[in-house]
Amino acid sequence: MREIKVPVTRIEGHGLITIALGRGGKVNQARFHVTEGRGFERFCRGRTLWEMPGITARICGICPVSHLLCSAKAGDAILAVRPPRPADKLRRLMNLGQYVESHALSFFHLSSPDLILGWDSDPKARNVLGLATTHPQLALDGIRLRAYGQEIISSLGEKRVHPAWAAPGGVRAPLAAAARDRLAAKLPEAMRIAQDALSLYEDKMENWADEVATFGNFPSLFMSLVGEDGAWEHYEGRIRFVDAERRIVADGLDPARYPEYIGEAVEGWSYLKFPYFQRDGYPDGLYRVGPLARLNCCDRIGTPLADEALTRFRATADGKAVTSSFHYHWARLIEIVAALERVQGYLDDPEILSPRVRAEAGVNELVGVGVHEAPRGTLFHHYWVNEDGVLERVNLIVSTGHNNLAMNRTVAQIAHHYLEGTMVSEGLLNRLEGGIRAYDPCLSCSVHAVGRMPLRVVLLGPDGEVLDEKVRDA
Amino acid sequence: MISLRIDDTPVQAKPNWTILTAARAAGIRIPTLCHLDALRPVGACRLCLVEIRNWNGRLVPACATPVQEGLDVVADSDRLASLRRTILELLFAERNHICAFCVSNGHCELQDLATELGMDHVTFPYRFPALAVDASHAKFGIDPNRCVLCGRCVRACSEVEGAFTWGFAGRGVHTLIEADLGEPWGQSTTCTGCGKCVQACPTGALFEKGKATAEQVKRPALLAEVTERRPRA
Repeated sequence: MREIKVPVTRIEGHGLITIALGRGGKVNQARFHVTEGRGFERFCRGRTLWEMPGITARICGICPVSHLLCSAKAGDAILAVRPPRPADKLRRLMNLGQYVESHALSFFHLSSPDLILGWDSDPKARNVLGLATTHPQLALDGIRLRAYGQEIISSLGEKRVHPAWAAPGGVRAPLAAAARDRLAAKLPEAMRIAQDALSLYEDKMENWADEVATFGNFPSLFMSLVGEDGAWEHYEGRIRFVDAERRIVADGLDPARYPEYIGEAVEGWSYLKFPYFQRDGYPDGLYRVGPLARLNCCDRIGTPLADEALTRFRATADGKAVTSSFHYHWARLIEIVAALERVQGYLDDPEILSPRVRAEAGVNELVGVGVHEAPRGTLFHHYWVNEDGVLERVNLIVSTGHNNLAMNRTVAQIAHHYLEGTMVSEGLLNRLEGGIRAYDPCLSCSVHAVGRMPLRVVLLGPDGEVLDEKVRDA
Repeated sequence: MISLRIDDTPVQAKPNWTILTAARAAGIRIPTLCHLDALRPVGACRLCLVEIRNWNGRLVPACATPVQEGLDVVADSDRLASLRRTILELLFAERNHICAFCVSNGHCELQDLATELGMDHVTFPYRFPALAVDASHAKFGIDPNRCVLCGRCVRACSEVEGAFTWGFAGRGVHTLIEADLGEPWGQSTTCTGCGKCVQACPTGALFEKGKATAEQVKRPALLAEVTERRPRA
């Protein structure tokens, strides 16, 4: 068996793909490895509950808001308070700003060079700068749309990245009227850009038929929060699982009781854990989260333009689940429209300016779970504290982790389809990366210690005999 | 009045002043950390070191050295800047000062000094001690990871509040600020819960519970305001 190793770029963090070839030169096994651990779950122990939003926001510079809000929600649970309604709306507004910012980054900056310039085009120009040369309007639009999402975040948290704004019990500062007016004035342009990008994707989609067919196109479960009425939800609600037929497999699950239905498996070859749906066991309980899953799980989105887009999205799958991970891109664009429509709703709501934004309380529960939908998928923060509010144990299940099994299956599917001979062609390399990138994974946030992991390197010859083996003990 | 020179500027001082008081009166900045108006000077942090030219360049803490007629003081030189930066580096290397999520981020005297004195790297190996947060008090918490052992809390507690709750335990780098005889702060029988120690603390080591990252703003000047308003015997 021979192995081909492929370093992965243009995703957040580092990864490694190994493809193991069998005797006939066929792909025997393909794996997506996450090669670094970060240890957040360990070093948060001993810190106070009130610092946790600030600490966990530092997990990532792309979606700090997700951890900030999720941590504050876990804090709400430990204080046993419900934040005042305006705080709830402001947190939602910031999360929507994060969706716009993060999805725009994923589509325009990271993925559109592949989509627009083609997977086999010159790698030197296949990036956002190359795009700016050939499609200046598109590149500029992407930058402006992302900036709008960032402005929502900075209008609330004073900073675009790592705002220390949400806290257990609510948020630290209300929205100023001037900031509300500024956001309202810029909203139409953001909406125009989002709709143009959506049209562009839908017009060009048929050019990508091969990729749609092979970039993680397989039946699976999907998981997301949905609202009480089954509508698309990004901040709270209940957990729903649907299958590839879009039949509801489990519904109304209490997100705080996730250990009853989500298991976390560990493999020696990756720092990233492998969550699975417990009913189906490991690894059959593979499910996907994120934009694709949210659109497959919800009954409807609940805003007019996004619901129209959802109808077109579902029509391609005859109303069943859209099963190609390639269409994460499409789902992301629909979610930008949905987010902007909801932003409009909050900016029109006079209560959004209310100064009543924080509930004060002490430690009233010793365990708290915060769950919400980060741009990349469902995010869980689970804290155990002592009577003084000092963390004794932390468990984080992050979006990219949920998609780990799916990303591995996607890598295998692409390798089967595009590998020729024993060489990694530029086209294969890019499709492997593109397949991973469809999930918009954030490896910086998704890896955390799973105990002490021994490192084992095995070199196998053509007949599977061990040529060399090195073990670093735990 | 006493006449002296600080950085070649002639300065007039009252006989009971320190070099630091005289410098401040003349508008000359000398960095300090353990010093706090209203508290007895202890010269613990050594950041206010100045050079006395007519004492063969001897280094003395400005906060604890009385003025003398004819002193020729250097408060700003390359040598002093280098020494002060080194002191700061040692303070940062000694404990776990992680500004990013600290309650006092943006409102911290240690952080401000690092900026002011241009300490952009720590060249000593960090010690990374494992020190536990004590959040047992109903209103406040103490995080020894952020403590620089300036003793402002100890002096505020004894000299201003008169409670004598805080004291130093251990020696050298192993020194810790402890309540009473080392029990958790929440179980202290002497603490009045006045919070003067928290206001006196220059970093995020003492904080009000419930404050999130960057949310803890201190009022160290409160100590002098309180003592100045007291009726004098």
